[in-house]
Amino acid sequence: MENGTPKLMKGNEALAESAIRAGMQAYFGYPITPQSEVIEYLTAEVPKRHGVVLQAESEVAAINMVFGAAGAGARVMTTSSSPGISLMQEGISYIAAAELPCLLVNVQRGGPGLGTIQPAQGDYFQAVKGGGHGDYHMIVLAPASVQEMSDFVFDGFKLAEQYRTPVMILTDGALGQMMEKVILKPEGSLPYPEKPWATTGKPKSRERNFITTLHMESESMEEVNNRLQEKYKEIQKEVRYQLIGDKDADVLLVAFGLTARICSKAAEMAREKGINAAVLRPITLYPYPYTAVAEHAKNAAGVLTVEMNAGQMVEDVRLAVNGATPVHFKGRTGGMIPSPEEILVEIEAIANHTIHA
Amino acid sequence: MIRGSVVVATDVCKGCELCIAACPQDTLALSPQINRRGYRYAVMVQDNCTGCINCALVCPDSAITVYRQPKVTKHALSPQAAAEKEN
Amino acid sequence: METRTINDIEMEVVYQKPETLTETQMHYCPGCGHGTIHKILMEVIDDMGIQDRTVGVAPVGCSVFAYNYMNIDMQEAAHGRAGAAATGVKRVLPDKYVFSYQGDGDLAAIGTGETIHTVNRGENILMLFINNAIYGMTGGQMAPTSILGQITSTTPFGRDAAAIGYPLKITELVAHLPGAYFVTRQSVHTAAAVRKLKKAIEMSFRYQDRKKGTCFIEIVSNCPSGWKMTPLQANEWLVKNMFPLYPIGDIKVPKEI
Repeated sequence: MENGTPKLMKGNEALAESAIRAGMQAYFGYPITPQSEVIEYLTAEVPKRHGVVLQAESEVAAINMVFGAAGAGARVMTTSSSPGISLMQEGISYIAAAELPCLLVNVQRGGPGLGTIQPAQGDYFQAVKGGGHGDYHMIVLAPASVQEMSDFVFDGFKLAEQYRTPVMILTDGALGQMMEKVILKPEGSLPYPEKPWATTGKPKSRERNFITTLHMESESMEEVNNRLQEKYKEIQKEVRYQLIGDKDADVLLVAFGLTARICSKAAEMAREKGINAAVLRPITLYPYPYTAVAEHAKNAAGVLTVEMNAGQMVEDVRLAVNGATPVHFKGRTGGMIPSPEEILVEIEAIANHTIHA
Repeated sequence: MIRGSVVVATDVCKGCELCIAACPQDTLALSPQINRRGYRYAVMVQDNCTGCINCALVCPDSAITVYRQPKVTKHALSPQAAAEKEN
Repeated sequence: METRTINDIEMEVVYQKPETLTETQMHYCPGCGHGTIHKILMEVIDDMGIQDRTVGVAPVGCSVFAYNYMNIDMQEAAHGRAGAAATGVKRVLPDKYVFSYQGDGDLAAIGTGETIHTVNRGENILMLFINNAIYGMTGGQMAPTSILGQITSTTPFGRDAAAIGYPLKITELVAHLPGAYFVTRQSVHTAAAVRKLKKAIEMSFRYQDRKKGTCFIEIVSNCPSGWKMTPLQANEWLVKNMFPLYPIGDIKVPKEI
């Protein structure tokens, strides 16, 4: 595949191809709809090119293979979908505690339980508030296009290695399955950093490296937590968002991933009807763009958060807005995708309410 | 008989007695004293060690170093004797 | 060679703590087999001169602190997941010697799936399985390998097959898998047993060069504290009660020499 030429690709395949181009050295995964194209693509391509690809016996095994390979210094990735990501939570907590860089991808489907194979955004809390046990975070990137499904693989590996932390791409079944034009970055554009902490075999010249998450003394466990919290503070500077529309809009829509795209259509329709609506799209869900949301919500008549869940990110929006502006929520669940028209109804209600108020 | 000896790291020994059971010569026993961690430790009570290393092999705390008299063959020369011969 | 004069006789060292074992005093209870197994493992690494090419994985259990004692690169994996973590290490470092060091709860209860699939894939690693028929770290609860009638803190009336099933002979089970290259059961209760274990570990590391499959060594070991016995009584109990169910010896040996 030549560089620089636009290609028509499925989100999952663009992500998989990008992983190879980003110098991924190992992939461990387990099939689950709607992300199986990733492992299928990689099991076909990786042996022809470079790296390791292995279908594990479960998501539990896969995430612990990621732990081992990341600890051994490899650039490593796993992908799954909601129920599979739930199975990985213990391992993610260990990886965060051991400060191992790796890239995780959640191509979300509707839940809870076995749920549905249709797209959803119901794993927001799980991704940004911890998911596993203990005080940890991972950087969470939310793509809204096939292009970002590709680009964020590079960004994800880079951030993971820079901060020695797991990074998650939180996407959904629609973005994974849809085909769009994408320009893939060239291979070799992401250099490998030194990993002096990796367990690669102890030469005489250095002390042994060991990777552990066990700290029996409370003092040392707290020290580890303090170090992690310091890191999370530093990570705040990686916050990314996109504003689509006027920065002083009357109605501010806040949405991530697929719903942000639908919201920008709804905002466009609202503007045609004379309502000044804009969309703030958080690109990093952790760190969350609290300041940007607060800033843009300040002078708005109302904020509308749209999600494909029963109301998760809206809690962060409320935290950001802190009562300054009314925050409304529109959600669809179970794999249902909100239409621009039904979002427009909400926008109009907010705008009209303000007029009457 | 080959002469041997053992040196027990008395502060490392936990007095488990596995070495005592492993010794074919009944060379070892527990000390009447305790070490700084409160364990009675293994000591030689007879000067009949053969340096067989059984005690050290079964010691979970690697507390035993075993010494043995070098095997002397007919043709072996001591380092001094070898040096003299060369001169 | 270091020499020392004892009773006017010049003697040389014939056995000492392996260099690759750290100076840290072990936290294991008096007489526990873990210490002996750690020592023999490090002795093999010293003898083969492979400290710089070895990576160990020890998950949750009494041996969770193995990295404090083994002066090699190590990872502490989640409970039961040593097989998966070791797979991750070996796949990205195929020319390194990789071993997992797991207890009975880890390898044969919570990690049974990982164990079977690691061996079934024929990962070129050594899995060391320390079977002492009890959960030592958490205070003496039933293990999957606890024998029938064995009293533990969660089988206070003895392990009853009707209530809780039978002791799991996972070593025999994995030996059936085509990915298993060398499967043996050893112990450390006597000096002769320790010597045999050392040989088995050494062969297992050498077999890793062949890339022919998983080497699996079960070590029938003791837990004096968990069994509520002296170390000597524990080793007697082990011979009398565990060996009939878990007989010592090779179960699967490579066809080629």
